Amino acid sequence: MALPARWSKNAEVTDSTEEVMEIQMGPSHPASHGTIKFNLKLDGERIIDCDIEVGYLHRGFEKMCEQGTWTQCFPYTDRLNYASPCINNVGFALAVERLLGVIAPERCQYARVIMSEVHRLADHLTCLGMAAGEVGAQSVMFYMMEAREFLYDLVEAVTGARLTVTWCRVGGITRDLPADLGARIALAFSHLDGILSDCDKLLSRNRVFIDRMADIGVMAAEEAISYGLSGPLLRASGVAYDVRKAHPYLVYDRFEFEVPTGSKGDNYDRFNVRFQEMYESRKIIEQAMRSLPEGPIALDDPRIVLPPKERVYSSIEGLMNHFKLIMEGIKVPAGEVYQAVEGSNGELGFYVVSDGSGRPYRVRVRPPCFLGMGALSRMLAGHMIADIVATFGMINMIGGECDR
Amino acid sequence: MLLDQLKERFGADIVAAESAHGEETIAIARERALDVMRALRDEPAFVFDFLTDLTAVDWPARTPRFDVVYHLHSIGRGHRLRIKVAAGEPGPSVTSVTALWKSADWLERECYDMFGIVFEGHPDLRRILMYDSFEGHPLRKDYPVNLRQPIVPETDPILNPLRHSR
Repeated sequence: MALPARWSKNAEVTDSTEEVMEIQMGPSHPASHGTIKFNLKLDGERIIDCDIEVGYLHRGFEKMCEQGTWTQCFPYTDRLNYASPCINNVGFALAVERLLGVIAPERCQYARVIMSEVHRLADHLTCLGMAAGEVGAQSVMFYMMEAREFLYDLVEAVTGARLTVTWCRVGGITRDLPADLGARIALAFSHLDGILSDCDKLLSRNRVFIDRMADIGVMAAEEAISYGLSGPLLRASGVAYDVRKAHPYLVYDRFEFEVPTGSKGDNYDRFNVRFQEMYESRKIIEQAMRSLPEGPIALDDPRIVLPPKERVYSSIEGLMNHFKLIMEGIKVPAGEVYQAVEGSNGELGFYVVSDGSGRPYRVRVRPPCFLGMGALSRMLAGHMIADIVATFGMINMIGGECDR
Repeated sequence: MLLDQLKERFGADIVAAESAHGEETIAIARERALDVMRALRDEPAFVFDFLTDLTAVDWPARTPRFDVVYHLHSIGRGHRLRIKVAAGEPGPSVTSVTALWKSADWLERECYDMFGIVFEGHPDLRRILMYDSFEGHPLRKDYPVNLRQPIVPETDPILNPLRHSR
């Protein structure tokens, strides 16, 4: 039996089969690290239309936050983007602190910057490693996971946990940085540098990798803004918008760092922007460690911060203070605040509304990768099925944050 | 300063204005929301090209009951603005801004899903985080946190394909 003409080697890639095939990819597909469903309309292997279903990991984050005290929200924020929980912690703490009209002590702000950047490194390593693994560069995935382990050792030394750290509190942090943190960071970075250099050599000029990434999922700057993209996705399109520069929070305005941007807005630019950002985060951590001030790590305010345990167990005032804060919660004055921080995937915003009781009236998260997923079907239109995995990997959808 | 500019430009369209915690908030009437937001996006004095976030807040004791809250941002100029549009019962609805910002598509779907606010003119308004047969709107204050939903009969994805298809 003769093959159809379109199977001959001379066939143009644009020729259409005139048939639309509908395929559902997911929700549990081995190539998508995250539970998500693609309802595809295909012409051969070419994507005509792609309807994306999210929500498989919806836990009702915003509803749960309304049930407890402000402090009890912190464990929930860990589980938003679980690859960079400290950034979520910091964002929520800053929002509540602004409503209260207080500013955390200097040392605490530096510690928050350091841990945010450590987690940005870990998050980018996860994103790039997984994305590289999905397009066939398995070894890069394992190298990057190894590098992430060194960073997780740092996180463990500072917070006592590896994943769900619950490290920030309103007005401070739970524990001080360990005395040998400088040495630990130097050790982790010495490993990290070697691995990043290896991965750079393996990928950045690798023909197969570039063919899979370049010119795929292109998003022009104007369209990226309209879709609400932020972070590495927006910067890859050439818009140098970084919350740390545009609306500095904590002490970011004291450090020197660049905002890497791309030019085309394709997956290769996204990969490069993330890769360069890791070196910038490294720079910020080193600067912060050099100028790390001594001092308290939390406010000395009995209305906001729990008293030290010695006072709780040895004085009636301390015990009452502890009891009131645990049972009634921090009395945040009525009002509303939108606080944005630069999450590893983009602008992570917390819109918090208080009615003056000890419980949040409304906690809304602006999830950066939710908007990235909203633009995904536009990015994929006209590309091949195999490009879904590469593009999806570069959006770095984290189920906990996207679906909340 | 931004508030003065806005008051001068839009006058009576602004129902209320407030500046707190370094953030500017204005409230606009439901009927005028789309026109005002189009002007905010296009006019060179404002250039709010980035719809950062869109959500709602439920105030059950108040009439109208819901505030739809828009957070606008200008990437070039770096200013932010919060806009509130009130929507009342029964059948709370506001005009969709999908024609102005593409990010509004999914954000409005989520707001509809969570609060049951209808966005008139939205091209594809259906649930996004919850499943189709979910009953009620979970972020409303009168939705009990421990409410159990009826069990959904299993559907065969082969026999009943693309349940969500647009």
